[in-house]
Amino acid sequence: MPSVRFRLNGAETDIDADPDRPLLDILRGQLGMTGPHFGCGAGECGACNVIVDDRAVSACDTPLWSVTGKDVTTIEGLGTSERPHPLQRAFIAEQALQCGYCVSGILMSAAALLKRNPSPTSREVKEALDRNLCRCGSHNRIVRAVLRAAEEMAAG
Amino acid sequence: MNQQPAPSPSALPASLAANPKLSTWLKFSSDGKVAISPGKVEIGQGIVTALAQIAADELDIDLSRVQMIRASTAVSPNEGVTSGSLSIQQSGRALRHVCAEVRRIFLEQAAERLGIDIDALDIEDGTISGPGNVRTSYWELAQEVSLDRDATLSVTPKTVARRLLAGNSIPRIDIPDKVFARPRFIHDQALVGMLHGRVLRPENTRAKLVGLREDNVRAVVGLVAVVRDGSFAGVVAETEHAAEAALNALRKGATWSDGEPLPDEDDLASFLKAQPSESTVIGEKTAASPGTAARTIRRQYTRPYIAHASIAPSCAVAQWAGDRVHVWTHSQGVYLLRTDLALVLKLPVENITIEHMEGAGCYGHNAADDVALDAVLLAKSAGGRPVRVQWSRQGEMSDAPFGAAMVIEIEADLDERGEIIDWRHSIWSNGHAARPGRAAQPALLAAFELENPFPRIVSTNPPQANGGGGDRNSIPLYDFPSWHIGSHRLTTMPIRTSALRTLGGQGNVFAIESMLDEIAVERGEDPVAFRLRHLRDERAKDVIRAAALRAGWKPEKRPGIGHGVSFGRYKNTGAYCAAVAEIEGAEDISVRKLTLAVDVGEAINPDGVINQIEGGAIQATSWVLKERVRFDRRRITSTSWSEYPILRFSEVPEVEVEVIQRPDMDPVGAGEAAHGPVTAAIANAVFDALGVRVRDLPITRDRIIAAMELT
Ligand code: FES
Ligand code: FES
Repeated sequence: MPSVRFRLNGAETDIDADPDRPLLDILRGQLGMTGPHFGCGAGECGACNVIVDDRAVSACDTPLWSVTGKDVTTIEGLGTSERPHPLQRAFIAEQALQCGYCVSGILMSAAALLKRNPSPTSREVKEALDRNLCRCGSHNRIVRAVLRAAEEMAAG
Repeated sequence: MNQQPAPSPSALPASLAANPKLSTWLKFSSDGKVAISPGKVEIGQGIVTALAQIAADELDIDLSRVQMIRASTAVSPNEGVTSGSLSIQQSGRALRHVCAEVRRIFLEQAAERLGIDIDALDIEDGTISGPGNVRTSYWELAQEVSLDRDATLSVTPKTVARRLLAGNSIPRIDIPDKVFARPRFIHDQALVGMLHGRVLRPENTRAKLVGLREDNVRAVVGLVAVVRDGSFAGVVAETEHAAEAALNALRKGATWSDGEPLPDEDDLASFLKAQPSESTVIGEKTAASPGTAARTIRRQYTRPYIAHASIAPSCAVAQWAGDRVHVWTHSQGVYLLRTDLALVLKLPVENITIEHMEGAGCYGHNAADDVALDAVLLAKSAGGRPVRVQWSRQGEMSDAPFGAAMVIEIEADLDERGEIIDWRHSIWSNGHAARPGRAAQPALLAAFELENPFPRIVSTNPPQANGGGGDRNSIPLYDFPSWHIGSHRLTTMPIRTSALRTLGGQGNVFAIESMLDEIAVERGEDPVAFRLRHLRDERAKDVIRAAALRAGWKPEKRPGIGHGVSFGRYKNTGAYCAAVAEIEGAEDISVRKLTLAVDVGEAINPDGVINQIEGGAIQATSWVLKERVRFDRRRITSTSWSEYPILRFSEVPEVEVEVIQRPDMDPVGAGEAAHGPVTAAIANAVFDALGVRVRDLPITRDRIIAAMELT
């Protein structure tokens, strides 16, 4: 089996696996990370989103080989309850979810957005999240939470 | 103390009457916590937090001491199913009484132990204290007090003014786990030695498996077993990846029969009306002095099949030990699922333990129960190891039950002044309920596929006393002098239907409120005033007035913008909700804003109520603008998110919600209150903007053009 090297949440990672397999498979399977969720397996819902270098991508249709040498961040690498990312704090403050299954992917899309655009308008937030589906209808709270996190980050 | 004579046992809340023992609901643990064990489950609606608030209030303990136990047939009270927006009514009432009684029992024990009059004692965060600095606590006394006794209802719960938590927007206790991605969903559970299973299902509806070559599958590395029983077939493998590979190989070796034909998706109304059906009179009212009809308006409304389309595919884990099986599931009813599993497995229910774990929002009876049976059947070949089975997106969109399509016909007789003097409402639809555990036959998909299959059950409707099914919300809340409401439930069911949020409520409110709007507009009467004039219930009028006021009813007319109003009371006995929709567009419309007012009685957690109403309003907007299960004559074709689109972030309207607090009224659920009113408000706004009535859902570009051509 060829081996693929990348950085996962900051740690050098070596994976022996068929390089054509989807990254999500590897993350949830071999690596036991349950943060990125399976929703459709076809790049259509965003439940599995992770950040590769600086871009949010759906891990279910990202082949393993394509992350060779790159930085992969999953929600596990975003923050912890001891050291939360401002987005995580904001999602709690705004109670920005119902079932929450979509949220780990949405947080990653939002984190990538705030990195490239630290003070987005609400329209820009909606655009950035447009490939993420939420069936519970938590959208407006989610947008508010992202804007709140942006404000908090700007305030330092 | 709030002592009252014990009421008759029939006054016990239903959940408590069925599970009277106090210890079923509540236990004090040695670490200063209180384990609260409801029979209702978290489905993203925040019920666990609201119930914790109620318990903490009645017991006088800090919320952080409450540990909410997940429902399990091993320990929990049997509260049937978590559905119908009844959890706060049923579980909440039961817990309030249980906790009040337990508090009293402990106070009596403390009074005796401390030798102090009970009225001189006080409880703060579980510590019981009295004059002279004497103190003890629930936990100190827990050894001396047995809660293995039946609730008597002899203690009246606290008055509203003395509740500290209920009525406040306490942050939900499940949210931190979800935001920090700590495993909480069943999908993320990893058990020692866990295997993965996948089930093979046909593309064509109800095709039978006539041949299965297994040679390719056997070559898959990591394969543990191939399972076949009639048309039920699946694989078990060491990893999820191997299970997927094995499933693909199995699919290649499968030969299927043609399956059973499906109706014409473009002519559902004719199909539904032509099917054999069982007719029921739902309601009749006769006028004291019937007026004379000057004319009759007759309109037909339709709604398509709608998918639950949970964001996560359904998932379950099962593990056998001898002839006992343990199941982890996101089913809405652990006991009901157990009943059906016992039927299929021909085992006593005691051999089956069902434990709830959270899944994604389900919005009704989706595939949660089906996949549990799949897991149980596959796990038989796993040598005692746990097997996790997850459906595919495609399976979730085609094999799970759908919300039933409906045709609704309303005829209104108007007198010469244009006043409604008679109202006739007829519904044709499949039944809206085929949940497990309710019939002598199982309702689980795999049960219909076995070599010795159980007959496919045809969905029925709950009785009106329980809110009805296809007929839910069909009896007008308005003061028309007479009416006749009839329901025709199909006795054939080519497309599998079961409970979807609101059951028939969305369709019926859409029809009634569209028709009313049409009559009001024709009379030249303001639709808000028209509704208020025909309502007697002040709570109903209040939500309409509140929504209208907040939306600035009626905003000035601007080109390309329309406003519509609507009202409903869920099940005619639950939450009141009024909606004002603002839409924009011509052929392609978008909903810009929804303004809602809602009255759920006592709102235990107002932000939780707002969250539910917002979510319901957005989901309803998605149903109205986009959703329709697609099929050809052989199979369901809307099997992915591109073929079954739902509302996206860029399309979501602004939603404003006003909660009218009624702390003295019994709390009712909020999860299904918004769908009907929002649906009709959007349709009425479309008319306001474009001058056309679209009576067939979803309101798409094609439907608007078709309606324009008719005008
Ligand atoms: S699971 Fe990857 S986009 Fe849906
Ligand atoms: S919160 Fe349930 S899908 Fe988004």
